[in-house]
Amino acid sequence: MPRIRKPVVPGWFTQDTGDFRLLGTRCRSCGSVFFPREDVFCRNPGCAGDDLEEVPLSRHGTVWSYTDGRYRPPAPYVSDPDTEWRPYTLVAVELVAERMVVLGQAAPGVGVADLAVGAEVELVPGILNEDAEHTWTTWHWRPVTTAPGPETTA
Amino acid sequence: MTGEVAVLGAGMHPWGKWGRGFVEYGTRAAREALADAGLEWGAVQSVVGADTVRGGYPGYVAGATFARALGSQGTRVTSVYAACASGAQAIDTARAQILAGMAEVVLVVGADAAPKGFFAPAGGDRPDDPDWLRFRVLGATNPAYFALYARRRMALYGDTVDDFAQVKVKNSAAGAANPYARYRRRVTTREVAASPVVADPLRLLDICATSDGGAALVLSSMDAARRHGVADPVRIRAVAAVTPRYPRTELDLPDIASDSAAAVAEPAAGFRASLAQGAYEEAGIGPEDLSLAEVYDLSTALELEWYEDLGLCGTGEAAKLLRDGATALGGRLPVNASGGLASFGEAVPAQAVAQVCELTWQLRGRAGERQVPDARVGVTANQGLFGHGSAVVAVR
Ligand SMILES: [Zn+2]
Repeated sequence: MPRIRKPVVPGWFTQDTGDFRLLGTRCRSCGSVFFPREDVFCRNPGCAGDDLEEVPLSRHGTVWSYTDGRYRPPAPYVSDPDTEWRPYTLVAVELVAERMVVLGQAAPGVGVADLAVGAEVELVPGILNEDAEHTWTTWHWRPVTTAPGPETTA
Repeated sequence: MTGEVAVLGAGMHPWGKWGRGFVEYGTRAAREALADAGLEWGAVQSVVGADTVRGGYPGYVAGATFARALGSQGTRVTSVYAACASGAQAIDTARAQILAGMAEVVLVVGADAAPKGFFAPAGGDRPDDPDWLRFRVLGATNPAYFALYARRRMALYGDTVDDFAQVKVKNSAAGAANPYARYRRRVTTREVAASPVVADPLRLLDICATSDGGAALVLSSMDAARRHGVADPVRIRAVAAVTPRYPRTELDLPDIASDSAAAVAEPAAGFRASLAQGAYEEAGIGPEDLSLAEVYDLSTALELEWYEDLGLCGTGEAAKLLRDGATALGGRLPVNASGGLASFGEAVPAQAVAQVCELTWQLRGRAGERQVPDARVGVTANQGLFGHGSAVVAVR
């Protein structure tokens, strides 16, 4: 039986659409942007707004910083203790239009040697883990290269 | 200025991996602080406990737990949780009670028995909790965040991994002279470089361990100190425990994203700097008045951030201050004369209390081999999850 594709957190990114984006919210009163989304009250201390609309965030950004995880993280991160640990890479990305930094895992195969502070990266859909029933989907950051290639739709 | 309170006594349980309960560590520290103050337990009118969330149910109500262990006697009791700032908020609570005239002698206790390895969120599926989410979605451990800051320093200011290692070398040398420290051996740069990478560019010896430990203080009004025959006590002159200002533009534990500065300009001072500024303002001092500082060196690179946030040097100049030897024992302004978390490890509710214990011993001139000559003014600084943090100024 095929696994059902499910976002690791509902409502944080578009699922299975052509234009993959992180989804934040924006206060209709003051224009403040939030990711992860704030849906109830605006957090700007000078704003009493409680009307927040969903907005897709920029698909491109620049690397604010990056690192990797050489040791298996504890639960609730899902990883099979019987398999060899393969480090993931984390990238903190500065979105120019939103003026905020969003953390994410790098796309598979991207290591710290492939990254530099200030380099351009783009958002791509990714898979966090799979279990018997589900494929848990997430977002990944991937360095922007000049070489054209097919978009992964993993 | 809101007035001063006296530090009558300071006590600790040695830090390590002892495999016993946090109540024992805290109670032993409390008894030591009382003995140091020359006071009986019966003289205490209020107990403020800094909570641990890892000690099971009694951990959440640490004030009553320590009071019961010492022998419940109907004192006022308070329990405080503020992540890594729990100990400082316990001190702040005690101070407020004293300054308000609610109690003259207050016992502050923090203790923990931390599990080995990475700190992890509490169990269960809790997708509303940012701390749970960062592990579930990203596997982003505390060292991962420390590494992001370290890498950014390297890119922006030219800090090197050797600079980071030198912080460990410095703090381990101080810790070697501290009988309460868990690690009492001098570490070399070569040993740091030979330790495994945890989160690039930080290695195992760049990151503080988790520990068991306890620390306690006996605080009193200045009048009570005089009546007790202590004419010139170490005094706590300021405690800053302020929130960050919106928008908080530096990515911080445990958040997956920073605030956006698209609609509201970012504040003039970042969170850590605002803690220091708050404490300086309340104490009526500046960084130029300091004899020493105790800061949260959760990682070696993070200690360098604090130099700048405390105003010990300009932005990007911390590595130079370190290289010049200014922050080592014997330098112009020793930082982490206790050995810091590098030598103690993390015992969350205890460590902000332990920082003030160290200031107390230093300001009394009784810090032994690690004594900072003629110490008159000291500051502590720490930062914890969810926008908690504090800075304490103590003077002599
Ligand atoms: Zn608003």
